[in-house]
Amino acid sequence: MEVAAAKMIGAGLAMIALLGVGIGIGNIFGNFISSIARNPSAQPEMFKMSLIGVAFTEAIALFALVIAVLILFG
Amino acid sequence: MHDSLHQFLIKKLIPIQVAGIDISFTNSSLFMFIAIGLVMTFQVLGTRQKALVPGRFQSMVEMSYEFIAGMLKDTVGVEGLQYFPFIFSLFMFILVANLLGMIPYGFTVTSHIVVTFALAMLVFITVTIIGFARHGRKYFRLFFPEGAPLAVAPILIPIEIISYCMRPITLSVRLFANMLAGHVILKVFAGFTIALGIFGVAPIALNIAVTGFEFFVACIQAYIFTILSCLYLHDAVHMH
Repeated sequence: MEVAAAKMIGAGLAMIALLGVGIGIGNIFGNFISSIARNPSAQPEMFKMSLIGVAFTEAIALFALVIAVLILFG
Repeated sequence: MHDSLHQFLIKKLIPIQVAGIDISFTNSSLFMFIAIGLVMTFQVLGTRQKALVPGRFQSMVEMSYEFIAGMLKDTVGVEGLQYFPFIFSLFMFILVANLLGMIPYGFTVTSHIVVTFALAMLVFITVTIIGFARHGRKYFRLFFPEGAPLAVAPILIPIEIISYCMRPITLSVRLFANMLAGHVILKVFAGFTIALGIFGVAPIALNIAVTGFEFFVACIQAYIFTILSCLYLHDAVHMH
């Protein structure tokens, strides 16, 4: 297999990490929704915290992107 | 016709060369100037009346102040307010730069990795210097939190150091990827509109939805950049 094709396949495989990230972000917002159902007055505070949680989880997705870019262009 | 990446091209408006270094005035610089000019005009005009009971414009300026001051007090505490000018300028610049990209034919300054990386490195270096200035050599204790058993130190310390040094990268790439992806999606769907003929109504409807979403993302990404900077500041000011 030539190097260019292997690089493409490697970069595509690195994107499998997004599976975990999608589950994580869905988890965060699922818990956010059920916490509002329990205590609607906490909504503004919880929304801000869920955004911080999403930012940290998305950082993991960015690690995967960095590896994919390194594979593709390194 | 232009492809979807043509919008990110940097055009030199006024070529300037100093000792072989290219410091031309580009469309990117122009939009940075416009962003700063807008923020300054907003603040100066709004506080011109200096009324004790604020009118509408002054209220908006005070709300933007309160938003960032509240964010700093919640995350860092009252001593965080010394860093208010830095965090405020950061937030307003990123917010207005993101929103200026949503204007038709507007250039998104933050869709270039060099701009977001410069901002993220600014935050990273500032936070590290603040940490060392406040705590001296004890700042290294950040990588080995109190209460962790000594046995896990060989694993914990490298992981902590790597995740500390990944901060500017994740901070910059998050903002850059969101801005880039949003605008590329808009252009790609716009390209489909002509190609589909009568069914071009569908890409237009999607484009409207995505544009609304992009406004939301512009504000959220500015907020996330700022709140993460405040969290890193919290780590530097209080060591836990």
